[in-house]
Amino acid sequence: MTQDTIAASHESPTAGPAARAVELTKVYGEGETAVTALDSVSVDFGRGRFTAIMGPSGSGKSTLMHVCAGLDSATSGKVYIGDVDLTVLKDNDLTRLRRDAVGFVFQAFNLVPTLSALENITLPMDIAGRKVDQEWVDSVIDTIGLRDRLRNRPSQLSGGQQQRVAAARALASRPQIIFADEPTGNLDSRAGAEVLSFLRRSVDDHGQTIVMVTHDPTAASYADHVLFLADGQIVDTMDNPTAEGVLDRMKGFDGKGRRS
Amino acid sequence: MLRSAWRSLLHHKLRLVLSGVAIVLGVGFVVGTLIFTDTLNSTFTNLFSATTSDVVVTPNEDPAASGSGRASRNGPPLTLPADLLAQVQGVDGVAKAGGQVLADGVSIVGTDGTVLGTTGAPTFGSNWDDDQDLTPFRLTEGRGPAASGEVALDSVSAEKSGYVLGDSVSLVSPDGAMTATLVGVFRYGSSGNLAGATIAAFDTASAQQLLLGGRDEYTEIDAVASEGVSQEVLAAAVRAVIGDAATVRTGQEAADQAAADIASGLAFIDIFLLVFAGIALFVGSFIILNTFSMLVAQRSRELALLRALGATRGQIVRSLIAESFGVGLVGAVLGLGVGVAVAFGLQSLFAAIGAEIPTGGLVLLPRTIIVGLLIGVLVTVIAALAPALRASRIPPMAALRDDVAIPMRSLRLRAIAGGILLVLGLGAMTAGAMVGGGAGSQYVGVGVVAALIGAIVLSPAIAGPLVRILGFAFPRMFGTVGSLAVQNAERQPRRTAATASALMIGLALVSALTIFASSAKTSITQVIDRVVGADFLISSQTQRPFPDQVTATVATVPGVAAVSPVKIVPAEVEGQGAAVVGVDSSTFGEMVTLTFTSGSLAGLGTGGMLVDTATATGAGVGIGDPVTVRVTTGTADFTVTGLYDPAGAYSGYVVDAAALAEAGVETGASFLYVKAEPDADPTQLQEAMTAALVDYPTVQVLSQVQFREQITSSVDQLLLVMVMLLSLAILIAVLGIVNTLVLSVVERTREIGMLRAVGALRRQIRTMVVLEALVIAVYGAVIGLVLGVWFAVALQRTLIDQGIEVLDIPWLGLLLFLVLAGAVGVLAALWPAFRAGRLNVLEAISTE
Repeated sequence: MTQDTIAASHESPTAGPAARAVELTKVYGEGETAVTALDSVSVDFGRGRFTAIMGPSGSGKSTLMHVCAGLDSATSGKVYIGDVDLTVLKDNDLTRLRRDAVGFVFQAFNLVPTLSALENITLPMDIAGRKVDQEWVDSVIDTIGLRDRLRNRPSQLSGGQQQRVAAARALASRPQIIFADEPTGNLDSRAGAEVLSFLRRSVDDHGQTIVMVTHDPTAASYADHVLFLADGQIVDTMDNPTAEGVLDRMKGFDGKGRRS
Repeated sequence: MLRSAWRSLLHHKLRLVLSGVAIVLGVGFVVGTLIFTDTLNSTFTNLFSATTSDVVVTPNEDPAASGSGRASRNGPPLTLPADLLAQVQGVDGVAKAGGQVLADGVSIVGTDGTVLGTTGAPTFGSNWDDDQDLTPFRLTEGRGPAASGEVALDSVSAEKSGYVLGDSVSLVSPDGAMTATLVGVFRYGSSGNLAGATIAAFDTASAQQLLLGGRDEYTEIDAVASEGVSQEVLAAAVRAVIGDAATVRTGQEAADQAAADIASGLAFIDIFLLVFAGIALFVGSFIILNTFSMLVAQRSRELALLRALGATRGQIVRSLIAESFGVGLVGAVLGLGVGVAVAFGLQSLFAAIGAEIPTGGLVLLPRTIIVGLLIGVLVTVIAALAPALRASRIPPMAALRDDVAIPMRSLRLRAIAGGILLVLGLGAMTAGAMVGGGAGSQYVGVGVVAALIGAIVLSPAIAGPLVRILGFAFPRMFGTVGSLAVQNAERQPRRTAATASALMIGLALVSALTIFASSAKTSITQVIDRVVGADFLISSQTQRPFPDQVTATVATVPGVAAVSPVKIVPAEVEGQGAAVVGVDSSTFGEMVTLTFTSGSLAGLGTGGMLVDTATATGAGVGIGDPVTVRVTTGTADFTVTGLYDPAGAYSGYVVDAAALAEAGVETGASFLYVKAEPDADPTQLQEAMTAALVDYPTVQVLSQVQFREQITSSVDQLLLVMVMLLSLAILIAVLGIVNTLVLSVVERTREIGMLRAVGALRRQIRTMVVLEALVIAVYGAVIGLVLGVWFAVALQRTLIDQGIEVLDIPWLGLLLFLVLAGAVGVLAALWPAFRAGRLNVLEAISTE
C-alpha cells in the first residue's frame, strides 16, 4: 500500500488538501495495557470532497476523526488543517481553530437545549463574537428546510430535524472542513437520508469539504471516497462508492483485516 | 437496597462532602451555642453558690428595691443589724455564724491608671473573714486584711491590675479615691472565676465604714450547723429565734435561688444565640434539600433501572432515606467537633466587645450531644424526604429512554401559596407599623417570619423572570456566554431559588439590622442635639454614682458656668417600680430642653414633678395630681406640674433631688451636666476639668459630641455582633452556591463538552459558570434587601415611642451589600468554574 493509493485524488489545483495526517499514531494507556488505536496512519482529505471513514468497532475510525479535528491529541505524527499543524497548538489556539475552521456534527446531543434552533446554528460565530453572514446563513437554513422551526428549542424538534440543525450549524460558519461522527446513527432511514442529502448538496453546491465516520454502507454511498480502517490502519479505499459496493468490500476485507 | 445506598454514598464523595458541610455548620452552630450558654450558666452559678454555709440570713426584700439587696446599685444596700448576728450565734444548733458585708461600689484602679470593671459587671467591696467555712474566699497569697488601710484582692483582679503584695492599691469607693496596702490575694470559690466582677476585701470595720456609712451592720449572715443538725432543722431554729426580722434560707435554697435567677437572667442570651443557630440550620437545610434533589435527578436512570429490575417504591425511598441518614449522622458527629470551636469563637467574640466571659472549661452536657445528633439526622432526613418520594415516582420505563426527567409538579400551587403568605406577611408588618408600640412589634415579628417563608415558597415561581431581568445586560456584555449563563440559571428555577434563599434570608436580616442601627444612631444624635443643651457630660466609667465632691470640684474650674448633677434613684411610684430622676431644679433647665405639652419647668423646685406623656398615661396621672415616691428610706410627695414629650432616653419622672435627699436618699450623682462660659475654650476647659478630677479615676469628662459618639458606637458594636453571628448564614449560602454549581456542571458535562468542541474557550466556559453564580447571588440579594428594607421600616415605625424617631436608610451601605453578595457569588463560582473549564472535551461529549 503506497501513499498514492490512499490519497484522495481530486485535489483543488490551487492549494493542498483541506486536512491531512502524516504517520499519525495514537496509543491509549501505558505499558502492558496500552492499546494502539491508530498505527502510523497517513491520509489527505481533499478540498471539496466528501470522504467517508468506515470500519468495524474498534478499528480506530472515530479516533482518526477526533485527532484530525483537534478534539484529541496525537501520540506521534502530524495532523494539519490547511497549513496549520494541530499537534503543536496549545488548548486556546486549538479551540479557536475548531471554532473558526472546523464544523462538527455529532451522533447525538449536538444542540444546546436552552438555545433556539437559530441560536444553535449561529453558536460558533456568536461564541467567537464574529458577525454572522446573514445571506449565507439564510441560504443554509433554506437548504435544511426548517425556516418555520427556527424559534423552537431542540426539545421541540424531531431527531432528524435536530441533526439537520446541527448540520446547518456546522455549515453556517463556512469552515474549511466539517467532521461528522455517525450523524445518522440515531435516525431512521428516511430522516437519515434527509441529513445525508443535505451534506451531499453542500459539497456539490458550495464546495464544502466533509469527513464522515459511519458504519452504514448506505450512508457511505453518499460520499465521493471511502477509507476502510481496521486495527488502526487504512486497509482499503474506494472512489464513487455505492452501497452494494461498500458492503461487498466490507465483506471482502473483513477476513483480510483480521490479521491477528 | 441498603448496600446500594452505601455504595452510592461512597461513589458520590464530593456531593457527600458538600451537603455534609452544610449539616456540619448548622449542627456546629447549635451545639456551639448550647456549649457556650451552658458554660456561662455554670460559671455564674458557681459564682453565686460558692457559699458553703448551711443557713443564709438576708434582709427582707423591699418592694421599692430593684433586684436583690446586694445587686442594688443605687441607694444604700439593705442591711441586718449587728445584734441579729449575736442572736443567730446564740441559736441552738449553730456551730458558728459570721456577718458578711458585700456591696457594689469599690472600683480598683490598676497600676497603669485604667479602671477595672468598666463593662458593667459588679465591683464589690467586702469584709474579710478568716474562717473559711463562712466565706467563699480562699487565700492564695499573703494574709487577710486585719486593720484599716489594708486590702486583699481577688486573684483575677490582682493579676489584671498589676499589683503585688505590699503595693499601695488605688481604689475608688462611694466616698471618693483612697489607697490601701495589698496584704493578700484570694481565689473566689473553687474556680476563682468572677465573670468580670471584682472584689476588694477589707477588715470588717473598714468595710462597714466604706460601704454602710460606718454602721455596725451586715448585708448577710451565714451560719454553719453543729454536727448532726440538718440545714432544714437549723433554718427552722434560726427562724424561731429571729422571727420575720429577716429572710432565712437554707444554704441549698439560697444556692438554688441563685442558680434560678442566673438561668432566667441568661435566658435572653440563650434565645438570642439559638435564633441565629436556627437561622443557620434553616438555611443549611435548603442546601441539603437541594443536594438530594440533584442527586436524585442525576441518578434517576439508575433508580429507574432498579425499579425495572423489581425494586419497589418503598425500597427506593428507604434507600435514599438511609443514604441521607448516613450523611446526617456523619455531618452531625463532625458538627459536634465544630460546635466546640464555635463555642470558643463566641467566647472571643463576646470578650472582644468587652463582655468578660470565662475562658476554658467548656461545659459539654450529654443533652448537647443528643440534641446535636438528633438535629443533624432529622434535618437531613426530612430534607431528603421530598426528593426521595419524587424519585420513587420515576417510571421503570425511564431507564430505557434517553432523557429522563423526574416528574415535576407545577409551580402554580407554590406561586399562589407563597404569594398569599408573602402578602400576608408584608401586610402584617405594615399593620404593625401603623399600630405601633408593643402590639405593633408583635405583628411585625410574625409578619417577618411569614414574609420570609412566603418568599421562599414563592421564589421558584418568580426566579425565572427575575433572573432574566437581572441578567439583562449579560448578553450585551459577555455575548453568547452571558445569555447561556442567564438561561442556565433560569432553566432550573427551583434550584436557583433554593440556592438563592440562603443568601436571601441572610441579607434580609443583615440589611434590616443595618437600617435599624443606622436609624437608631441618627435618632439618638437628633435627640441629643435637640434635648441636651449642656456642653459637657461627666459620668463614671463604672456606671456607678459618684460622690458629691465631684460636683463641687467641677464647679470651681474656671470657665464652668454651671454644673447640674443628675441622680437616678430606684423607687416605687404609683405602685410601680421606676427610676426617678433627681435633678438640680435651678440649673436643669439650662442643660436639658424638654418639650412640654402642658405645664412647665417652673414648679420643679417647689415640690413639682415632671412626667413624660407616655408614662403619665400609663400611670394615670395628670397635671395637678399628687404623686408619692417611695424609696427604701422613706417617702416624698410631689405634685405633677409638667407633662413633656418623651425623647429617647429622656423620659420618666423628674423631681428635685433635694426633695429626695429629705426622704433619706444618699445616692451620688450618676452624671453631671456642665455648661461652659460663653468665652471659654472647649478643649482647654475639658482638659482643666479632667485635671481637676485626677483624684477620681473612674470619672470621665465628655464633650457633647463625644457623649453622642459613645452611645452610637455601642449601637455599632451590637450591630457588629449580630452581623458576625449572621455571617454563618452567609457562609452556608456560599457553600450552597458552590454545591449547586458543581452539581450543575456535572449535570451539563455533555453540553459543556459540545460548547468546547464547537469553539468555546476554557475562559468562556469559566465566565459562563461565574455569571450563572453571579445572577443567582444577586437575585437572592435583591429579594433579601427588599424584604430587609420593608422589615426595618416597619420596625422603626413601631419603635418611634421608644426613641427611634427617624428612619435612616443607608442606601450606599445596602448597595455595598448587593455588590458584596455578587462578589460572594463570584467567589463561590471560582472552583466549580475551574472544574468546568478543565473538562476533557472528548470525555464530555462521550459521557454516557
